[in-house]
Amino acid sequence: MNFKHKYVFLFPGLFVLIGILIFPIIFTIRLSLSGWNSYTPEMNFIGITNYIRLFTDDPRFWESFFRLSFLSVTTVILQYIIGFALALIVWREIKFKRFFRVIFLIPMMTTPVIMTVIWRTFFHESLGPVNDLLGNLGVEPILWLSDPVIAKFTVIIVEVWQWTPFMFLLLLAGLLSLPKEPFLAAAIDGASPFRKFVYVTFPLMAPISIGAIIIRLIEASKIMDTVFVLTSGGPGTATETSSFYIYIKGLREFQMGYAATLSFTYLVIMIISLTIIAKVLTKLMIKE
Amino acid sequence: MKTIKTYVVALISALLVLSPVAYADKWSDQFPHIKATGDIPGECSYDAMSKKNYKGKTLKINTHAVPVMGEPTALHAEQFAKLTGAKVDVTHTPAGDLYAKAMVPFQAGQAPYDIVFGFSNFINDWKRYLEPVPKKYVEMKQMQDVTPSHIGIASWDGVMYQFPVDGDRHYLKYRKDVIDNPEYQKKYKADTGKELRVPQTWKEYGEMAAYFNGWDWDGDGEKEYGSAEVMKKDDLMYAAFYSRSAAYSKNPKTPGGFFFDLKTMKPLINNPGFVEALTDWVAATKYVPPGGINFGLGDEIGSFGGGQTLFSFSWDDAFVAAMQPDSPINNKVGAAQLPGAMKVWNRSTNSWDQGFNQAPFFVWGWAVGVAKKSKEKEMAFDYLCFFANEANHQADIGIGRFGVNPFRNDDFKADVWTQIGWDKDIAQSYVDTLAQMEDSKNRVFPLRVPGTFEFNAALATAAAKALAGQLSPQAALDEAAKQWEDILNRVGKDNVRAAYSVGVAMEDNKL
Repeated sequence: MNFKHKYVFLFPGLFVLIGILIFPIIFTIRLSLSGWNSYTPEMNFIGITNYIRLFTDDPRFWESFFRLSFLSVTTVILQYIIGFALALIVWREIKFKRFFRVIFLIPMMTTPVIMTVIWRTFFHESLGPVNDLLGNLGVEPILWLSDPVIAKFTVIIVEVWQWTPFMFLLLLAGLLSLPKEPFLAAAIDGASPFRKFVYVTFPLMAPISIGAIIIRLIEASKIMDTVFVLTSGGPGTATETSSFYIYIKGLREFQMGYAATLSFTYLVIMIISLTIIAKVLTKLMIKE
Repeated sequence: MKTIKTYVVALISALLVLSPVAYADKWSDQFPHIKATGDIPGECSYDAMSKKNYKGKTLKINTHAVPVMGEPTALHAEQFAKLTGAKVDVTHTPAGDLYAKAMVPFQAGQAPYDIVFGFSNFINDWKRYLEPVPKKYVEMKQMQDVTPSHIGIASWDGVMYQFPVDGDRHYLKYRKDVIDNPEYQKKYKADTGKELRVPQTWKEYGEMAAYFNGWDWDGDGEKEYGSAEVMKKDDLMYAAFYSRSAAYSKNPKTPGGFFFDLKTMKPLINNPGFVEALTDWVAATKYVPPGGINFGLGDEIGSFGGGQTLFSFSWDDAFVAAMQPDSPINNKVGAAQLPGAMKVWNRSTNSWDQGFNQAPFFVWGWAVGVAKKSKEKEMAFDYLCFFANEANHQADIGIGRFGVNPFRNDDFKADVWTQIGWDKDIAQSYVDTLAQMEDSKNRVFPLRVPGTFEFNAALATAAAKALAGQLSPQAALDEAAKQWEDILNRVGKDNVRAAYSVGVAMEDNKL
């Protein structure tokens, strides 16, 4: 039987792959070697000028990258801890288990931009209810969005609130799929709940945990909507992240060539760093 | 017999005189938006548009989000569709994306929108993609009433690319019930040894704002604050900074550039004049409402218009909002020119010139043009002409949230404003303020050069860093000046100089 015609069936998928992945990447690379902007709207060739500018004369990009690293790592760690705790709670036989499972998922089901607008209203320093409530308790207004340090934590609060349910969902699914035997053996051995968690639950959950953490890190490294709506990267540049900075350069200042340089560099950095993180996590969490 | 003849003549005369009014009523019945004036005869009046037939044609418009400019665009689109039979599709876009939303298809050689709204300082980047306003519209009666400053803002090298629908400048707004209050004047004098008056300088502005910050001075049970200002990065804050800088840096003795030295194209934004302004502005973070450092234009309008602050300065919207009948401070506000300074930087002598200096800032405003590649240019210009006809314009300028501000000589008459309920003295102070700015010979116009967005964004980022305490004013402006040099090198000094010379000629009263 001649199976050569089977390749014909691969073409639709291949075309889609080329159209939505390969072509944009190649186009971005080519664009990054051009000086396309509002006053020179053409795909001229300027060599690696944009890359030289990025690596020698754009500290703002690198600041935004390190800020992003801090925000994404912090939010994902918090999401993992809280999500795991919530998953453990509803994994047990408790009353209204199904009700709580649905309640915990609600933040993830809401539209991020709309919820961020609501959070921004909550945290509005002079008109928002949070400072009003604190004022009733005699606490001075907190500069949730205007203080460079506090504003970062406000972004973290919103991100953790929005995306912990996703972590919860993955981890709960993992917990529900665990085999019962190791837990029975631990119970027969008289292990305490803490020891059961440390020596049974956590190691068994490691592969799922790594998957969940990596998925969330990929998502968190693209933080844009929360920053855009909540702080616009401010005060100053205190909450500006890489994706928001690329957006400013590309679609606000219309430096398309340079924005492509930033995008491609960012993509390469993310691929490398996430690969390293996955390897490190595997080494740390999965014991042979 | 003679008496009958006299009656007939009188009756006919009365009918002739009243006929436009009766005619106007016909249109205001259908379109309540113009109920105050009725239709006003003109080339693009309701009556004139009703004679056009655009049935089967579609007009596509990209405009700002509702309400500022987005609401009047949609309202006039609906009216235009009813009158002409055209189908009008209106797309609403956030302010920060208006530029790119038009530029992407422009550069790709497409015209998904016949009409694009943006800011007047886009003109240099957009003009090659826009259709010049045809002569018949430029010569229309309604256009003859537009002030020379706003004709200049809508034009480039004598060619009009943007259809005037809005006029903008920054000026001072203050709480009249506080500044003119004899008790507060006495108290302020006793506490500070100074006069409480409309601030003449930015230093006075700061002192008064700090004094009236954080206590309930209007007896409403809530704390009030000194000033509401647009301080949010990427939300037009650069315009607020230029307003604060003009008095310190626009020296009538040194023509030839406010942003750059036209001869050398050296950026001037880190000279001591700008640094002094930024230092004042950093001090202002102490007398804005909590969170004021993140106020965008909408917050500023809401804060001052809602009675939260003593002062504000920016576009007309906050003032008009404060004067609307439903405002808690209706008829309690005053307008004045932007404060001045008791010294101004002289870049020729590299020293301060002592003495009072004031410089109005004709900040950019809403602007709109017709795409060169549009297939419905005639209909598009008719729509814009209808948008800005006398009846629509008079109705629009009285609604704060519309963002349509005075740009016609007729707007500078107090009667226009007293008719919509403003106190006579407030209306007079308002129109006097606008007229004084028009008459000033020491004006600053917005930067309209290739890459405007890059220049303004670099400055805004630096100023925002200073406001947030990340950098000192001098370090922040040095950083901005360095970036301006880089942008100049990328765009080409000669390109920028050629464009900038047009604005400088306006500032130096040569156009």
